[in-house]
Amino acid sequence: MTLLLDVTLCAFVLGIALATVLGRGVFRAVVFFIVYGLLLSVVWVRLDAVNVALAEAAIGGGLTGVLLLTTYGKLARTGAEADVGRGGPNLPVALICAGLTGALVWAWFALPLPQRPGPELAEALPRAGVGNPVTAVLLNFRAWDTLLESVVLLTALIGLWILCRDEDWHARLGVPQHSRPGGVMAGFGRVLPPVGFLVGVYLVYVGADDPGGAFQGGTVLAAVGLVAALAGLIRPPRIADWQWRAALVFGPVVFLIAGLAGAVLFGGFLTLPAEIAAGAIFAIEAALSVSIAVTLAFLVIGPPQAGHSA
Amino acid sequence: MTDPTLYALTGAALVGIGFYGLLAARHLLRRVIAFNLIGSGLFVFFGAAGARGAEVDPVPQALIITGIVVALSASALAVGLIAAQTSATGHATLPDEDGGEDGDA
Repeated sequence: MTLLLDVTLCAFVLGIALATVLGRGVFRAVVFFIVYGLLLSVVWVRLDAVNVALAEAAIGGGLTGVLLLTTYGKLARTGAEADVGRGGPNLPVALICAGLTGALVWAWFALPLPQRPGPELAEALPRAGVGNPVTAVLLNFRAWDTLLESVVLLTALIGLWILCRDEDWHARLGVPQHSRPGGVMAGFGRVLPPVGFLVGVYLVYVGADDPGGAFQGGTVLAAVGLVAALAGLIRPPRIADWQWRAALVFGPVVFLIAGLAGAVLFGGFLTLPAEIAAGAIFAIEAALSVSIAVTLAFLVIGPPQAGHSA
Repeated sequence: MTDPTLYALTGAALVGIGFYGLLAARHLLRRVIAFNLIGSGLFVFFGAAGARGAEVDPVPQALIITGIVVALSASALAVGLIAAQTSATGHATLPDEDGGEDGDA
């Protein structure tokens, strides 16, 4: 019975991925990709990875979908949204890609079956300060990855802002939004943010011991801001607003200070001793989720584009 | 628990499908979507590898969450570049593939 479910799910995922790549029309590809992201989060649940499922649903399906749709809207405004003819299937390319898939399949069966998870993890987990093993890996055992990742987010945002034209620099972020009073978007804009805010804060809070965490919760909080901005209820800030700039770097700075404190007091950068690990991780996660929410929302809303308001 | 082999094969197929889209598509937004298909296919393959054995390994899961977030920031930068390219040239394709001015815009 569960095998039937798995086979059906995989067939749907592959079918929708094929429709995304082969279907006609850019808009159709965007819509198929959003459906794909949602189905993929079910795949993660089937693989016993609920933390990843939450991230995939919020980021892969949600924010990426908004990003692609708003970009499609921008392209449509300049008439560049039409799909470019591809002149039928490309057999040599298809053969190369089939070879790539074949190599991965071969690798799967050639890989030795490891003894997982290693005994080191079971030994270290009680000293990590959190009960959710994924949070323990993200913010304690491999905190370096997460610290650098938060810097990658900032770097991407700076790269995006560099694309802004000089005359737009002092305008508000993104394209000005208008929604019909009493319309669907305005209604959603009033109903969703309070619920979303609660869900986002809850996900950050429970992330210590249950599926959730700074990335999943921060993404939901970013979505709350985006819904309110798309509905025209709040106006996006400007690049030069110092409060928002402070919010962007708040998480990485708190993370860095915690890491340096570890280096000075406990003999290693990002070292968290068991006694204070729980409190320190909670503080880092709370600060990170603020920065993640603001950075992701700014990334999706795009650089300022005052010129398009006319 | 589910046998992860089925999902590993799905991930491998997704990489192939995404790679085809990346090479065959000419509209740049379609290429960004195809790039995301490759990434998610690799994540599924990796996640399935971490789900083998008695217990699920949290280390791949943490790395995949990191990867998903980085993929979004890369996509945001990529579509920003597409928007800039489009407003500069009027085409959402790369110039050398357009066949000059008669390219479909």
